[in-house]
Amino acid sequence: MPDSTDALETFRGEARAWLEENFPKSIAHRGSELIGMEHVAEDADLDLWCQRLGAKGWATPTWPSEYGGGGLSQLEAEVLRKEMSALGAFNPLTVKAGMGITMVGPTILEYGTEEQKQRHIPPICRGEVFWALGYSEPNAGSDLASLQCKAEDKGDHWLVNGQKTWTSGANIAQWIGCLVRTDPDAPKRDGISFLILDMNQPGIETRPIELIAGASPFCETFFNDATTPKGELLGPLNGGWTVGKRLLQHERASQTGARGAGGAAAKKSIHALAKEYVGTDAEGRVADPELRTRITAHLMNAKAQNLTLSRMIAEARGNAKVSATASIMKNAASDVSQERAELAIEILGHSGLGWEGDPFEDHELEAVRHWLSGKAISIYGGSYEIQNNIIAKNILGLPESTQRG
Amino acid sequence: MAALTEEQNLLKEQAKTWAGEEAPVAKFREMRDRKTEAGFDKATWAGIGELGWPGIVVPEAFGGVDMGHLTFGVVLEELGRQLTASPLLASGLVGANALRLAGSEAQQSAWLPGIADATAIVTLAVDERPHHAPYGTALQAEKTGAGYRLSGEKKHVLEGGSADAFVVVARTGGKPGDAEGLSLFLVEAGQGGVSSQRLTLADSRGYANVNFDGVEVGADALLGSEGGAAPVLDQILDRARAGLAAEMLGVAGQSFDMTLDYLKNRVQFGEVIGGFQALGHRAAECFTKLELTRSCVEAALQAIDEAGDSHSQELALLCSLSKAKAGDFLHHMSNEMIQLHGGIGVTDEFDAGLYLKRARATEATFGNASFHRDRYATLLGY
Repeated sequence: MPDSTDALETFRGEARAWLEENFPKSIAHRGSELIGMEHVAEDADLDLWCQRLGAKGWATPTWPSEYGGGGLSQLEAEVLRKEMSALGAFNPLTVKAGMGITMVGPTILEYGTEEQKQRHIPPICRGEVFWALGYSEPNAGSDLASLQCKAEDKGDHWLVNGQKTWTSGANIAQWIGCLVRTDPDAPKRDGISFLILDMNQPGIETRPIELIAGASPFCETFFNDATTPKGELLGPLNGGWTVGKRLLQHERASQTGARGAGGAAAKKSIHALAKEYVGTDAEGRVADPELRTRITAHLMNAKAQNLTLSRMIAEARGNAKVSATASIMKNAASDVSQERAELAIEILGHSGLGWEGDPFEDHELEAVRHWLSGKAISIYGGSYEIQNNIIAKNILGLPESTQRG
Repeated sequence: MAALTEEQNLLKEQAKTWAGEEAPVAKFREMRDRKTEAGFDKATWAGIGELGWPGIVVPEAFGGVDMGHLTFGVVLEELGRQLTASPLLASGLVGANALRLAGSEAQQSAWLPGIADATAIVTLAVDERPHHAPYGTALQAEKTGAGYRLSGEKKHVLEGGSADAFVVVARTGGKPGDAEGLSLFLVEAGQGGVSSQRLTLADSRGYANVNFDGVEVGADALLGSEGGAAPVLDQILDRARAGLAAEMLGVAGQSFDMTLDYLKNRVQFGEVIGGFQALGHRAAECFTKLELTRSCVEAALQAIDEAGDSHSQELALLCSLSKAKAGDFLHHMSNEMIQLHGGIGVTDEFDAGLYLKRARATEATFGNASFHRDRYATLLGY
């Protein structure tokens, strides 16, 4: 048994020693402050930590070491995660790489050629490149397969024309993985390929999208005679639907942890916030009993979500298989995250609706932005409804739905 | 949180097969129609005894197998799927834990072997009103020269009509509502002054109101310390709650499976109804909740096993979480089961109603979801 208890304990000791030596104490427990959903703060110690973590391969602990990964088993990676958490350490590279670590990397490892793996995986492991993904189009969101952006075979390269939208971080990305139409005459799922493009070329332009919460990481991305070498086709020609769906499973898996309210508001538990803003009765209970009940129901949902995540990791028993259960976890995580943000806004009252300005505290302003930006969680990466379709069809074995949504 | 062990998975298969063959829901229905006095089938209970399940949490020294609560939960879940009626939970889990956690060596050797081989039924007599309220106990235990005199009534006692002995929650001090002043007594059913009135509830299981009319017991009937029973009572009840939640998970899981099967086979408007997105989404949401509930139940049972004979706030939180989540989900699932089956769902001939009735009875036992949300919030200090 490679993961016997003794071997794991030995690894735990090694991991702890390495972390104690290499993780800068100045940034301990500051993960949520230094790295947001799509940004990484300027900090010398944070930079140092990124370099060390990337060089060790532990930002991508279970990836093969020959491409710069950590080469650890799932159980060892779980031990590492716990040891990091105990020290207040965190993994900033999952954000620094954009979609590189969470989605593109695992898909290249699965479908890529040897050349593609050697070219793309090591820089991802070191957090040196930011990846974007071109999936959605203005007329193909939830109905992804009806995408129109096309790639033509020009002998030694592909010529790409069309538009993508909701491309997170496209304005700062070095690389983008795109689903493109390579056979316009085939049935819609059979004419799609997965193509990798260099973002630094004149044929690609990006335009940021402002959301209800204000600025956002999302962009519209335009391809006007953009090109990429033939060797950047990932997986089979016209077989991109399978590759793309596989990537989405990795995406869902990466979205299964409830983010909760980010920033300063997250430092306080939701019940502490309620005691402060709503007040308490003579027995020390939250003064509004109906709110108290809903807070408790929410905390129970959050705990259930968390326990389910660890149960699924345990049941996978070291098998990294990403499966349709990721859809369950994505929806549960959306519920918990949005529930918390709604509760926070309700608890803060008018103080939680401030848009900008000195009369509001930072955590109050963050709460309103977080509440609004969180509305996207149940839409991106396959909407709540799409996930339910996947559960119904792929897990429960119900027939293909006759009324599409 | 760890996954089930190979041994637990094997036992799950064994329990599933046994319940399906020896104690299926058809047998429960037949027992209901016969209006069996005990609320369970004696032969079924004896069969469970032969399998050794009532001794799963009984120490080996007293004839049990001491395999832990998660293992017990696996069995309860599978029996829950078939609505198998027996005193397994009331005696094998609750009675056994009361003795294990609070009993003296003498009390344990007198009762645990009988619990383990299903020849004795020991049940907890706790509630006195329609709602679960252990600290609300008013039943008095007055000190006498030789021991104590118990006076009062316990309501809705599980297997109260068939029990050989009761672990009675009584008040030796304080007033109803206080945690202080509670004591546990072991009282035999045949003792002078003990009488019970069989109750027929919607779920057709064995319940009774038990009256203690000046029952004289010796000092050796006291389990644990006089007046200080609240902590151990909480611990016994938490184990009961997590175990019952496992049974509820089984009731809900079977309700889900039957409903899914129906969605795959029932044709309306020329199509299998499971293809209608509105129904597919309801099934997907039920399945998601089922998975979340399972995590809570298994986590609570696992935490009990890891804690050994100790208790903690974290453990109490997990037990309340499991009972509240199982209650909410079973409530939802049993209603969805009826609605998605349409007209047949409300006929007595079909089994859905049996699951609905059992659902509500288990929800109300050992604290409903409201009780546990309140407790959860109180434990967390808000």
